[in-house]
Amino acid sequence: MTTTAAPLDVTALRADFPILSRTVRDGKRLVYLDSGATSQRPTQVLDAEKAFLQQHNAAVHRGAHQLAEEATDAYEGARQRIADFVGADFGELVFTKNATEGFNLVAYAMGNAATSGPEAARFVVGPGDEIVVTEMEHHANLVPWQQLAQRTGATLKWFRLTPDARLDLSDVDSVITPRTRVVAFTHQSNVTGVINPVDVLVAAAQKVGALTVLDACQSVPHGPVDFHRLGVDFASFSGHKMLGPSGIGVLYGRRGLLEALPPFITGGSMIELVRMEGSTFAPPPQRFEAGSPMTSQAVGLGAAVDYLSVVGMERVHAHEHALTVAALEGLGAIPGVRLIGPQDAVDRGGAVPFEIEGVHPHDAGQVLDSLGIAVRVGHHCAWPLHRCLNAQSSVRASFYLYNTLDEVDALVDGVREAQKFFGVA
Amino acid sequence: MQLQQMYQEIILDHYKNPHGRGLRSPYDAESFQVNPTCGDEVTLRVHVVDDVVQDVSYDGQGCSISQASTSVLTDLVVGKPVGEAFEKMDAFVELMQGRGQVEPDEDVLEDGIAFAGVAKYPARVKCALLGWMAFKDAVARSQGAA
Repeated sequence: MTTTAAPLDVTALRADFPILSRTVRDGKRLVYLDSGATSQRPTQVLDAEKAFLQQHNAAVHRGAHQLAEEATDAYEGARQRIADFVGADFGELVFTKNATEGFNLVAYAMGNAATSGPEAARFVVGPGDEIVVTEMEHHANLVPWQQLAQRTGATLKWFRLTPDARLDLSDVDSVITPRTRVVAFTHQSNVTGVINPVDVLVAAAQKVGALTVLDACQSVPHGPVDFHRLGVDFASFSGHKMLGPSGIGVLYGRRGLLEALPPFITGGSMIELVRMEGSTFAPPPQRFEAGSPMTSQAVGLGAAVDYLSVVGMERVHAHEHALTVAALEGLGAIPGVRLIGPQDAVDRGGAVPFEIEGVHPHDAGQVLDSLGIAVRVGHHCAWPLHRCLNAQSSVRASFYLYNTLDEVDALVDGVREAQKFFGVA
Repeated sequence: MQLQQMYQEIILDHYKNPHGRGLRSPYDAESFQVNPTCGDEVTLRVHVVDDVVQDVSYDGQGCSISQASTSVLTDLVVGKPVGEAFEKMDAFVELMQGRGQVEPDEDVLEDGIAFAGVAKYPARVKCALLGWMAFKDAVARSQGAA
């Protein structure tokens, strides 16, 4: 992706994130390189949540009083702005607890399709049907599909990885077949940052009439994403990875599909008519938002997309790309460091996983932590991916708009420090 | 420096030169334990004769803390009656869960007292206990089979 826009003024922008100026571990400057796990929130988001709670707080979609009206406006206004941000229509976004719930919503609703009305027939899966995933998936977009296969008797199939951790699409037509009902895959790997060719997978799925479910957790926060243009049927992402609050995620579903999809979680707010003998359900998105929804979290996420829109997602992507290039160069030049996944920054977001020969990732993370550098260690909820790449676990540095080249240098120095501490350099 | 408090020389020595490592026979029971957050794993066997731990052998992949603590474990329990081995285990678990507030008894835990600093890092407590959980499970299995 190229951009002609001016680069980010990171110094100015960092002033919006109070947490970035705190110190850790006896006065060390915090170097936060774990935004792939969760991002930090700017004061604009925190203030929006606080203002909502101090001025407008009420249960939404119920109550005839002024606060209820204002709260509902704030909640639905956030939905509209988030929809605009990801190239979707207002009624195509469902608020969930997190992205994981979004995947489960689709998987469970599909499981419920067999006992729902004729309009749900297109979602029915059973013996003989196939569900396709990839070895690259975060457990959130893998385990729900394993479970759906188990519950319905469908078969789970998956795309394998090439040695450099990209999707092996050489056998698309033997993995996606006329028996395929769902193709669930990630837009951008949470471990390696690899960006997948959504167009290829969507075209293959559409050819056989299969539904596509996109894990957009790592793509929506870090670059421009337009779900209509991508042509996927469903997509899920989370608020806390994009400067927003935790406790809120978003499920996107194409309008016609959401209208036909049976509910997952049932109860208050999602009904149309309730009698003792049975109930009918509200149209989407309310059909999928049972119970009292999150309110200040939705407002906070609305403020987060406002913030990101002002910054510009092209610029965010370009900035992280520069950091990734620098990290690959810096880490790659250290003897004894193995970069996991692609060795270059082509079609890749801002995540860099690596191993240090003779230093277990957990120990490396501990040394980095003692220097104030926060990274993720472990398998990052992508155990199969690590197995494919012959890594038991890894250290992952992940970047966001507020990170600097200085911080990349600190990481590289920290890795050398870890080698020294464990006597392998 | 905090790092040295955690990674005592004793721990690094056990990590680099682990005691009792490798899977051996005879054994009465085996336990496989995994730390789901990081994927670290250990397979541990026990050989118990007349209620005395005759051998503990193990293999696994893990960080310095988990590997060193399993190495220390073999020093502490091999040749001991099961009851005494479990007393040591309880003392080690208490130390690890004490958030740095528990004063370890060197007569009981020997090299194990080096892990006192690890107890201040909640994320690493599971690492230190991985081998011990495998030991507890393997002994229970050996007794169940008897």
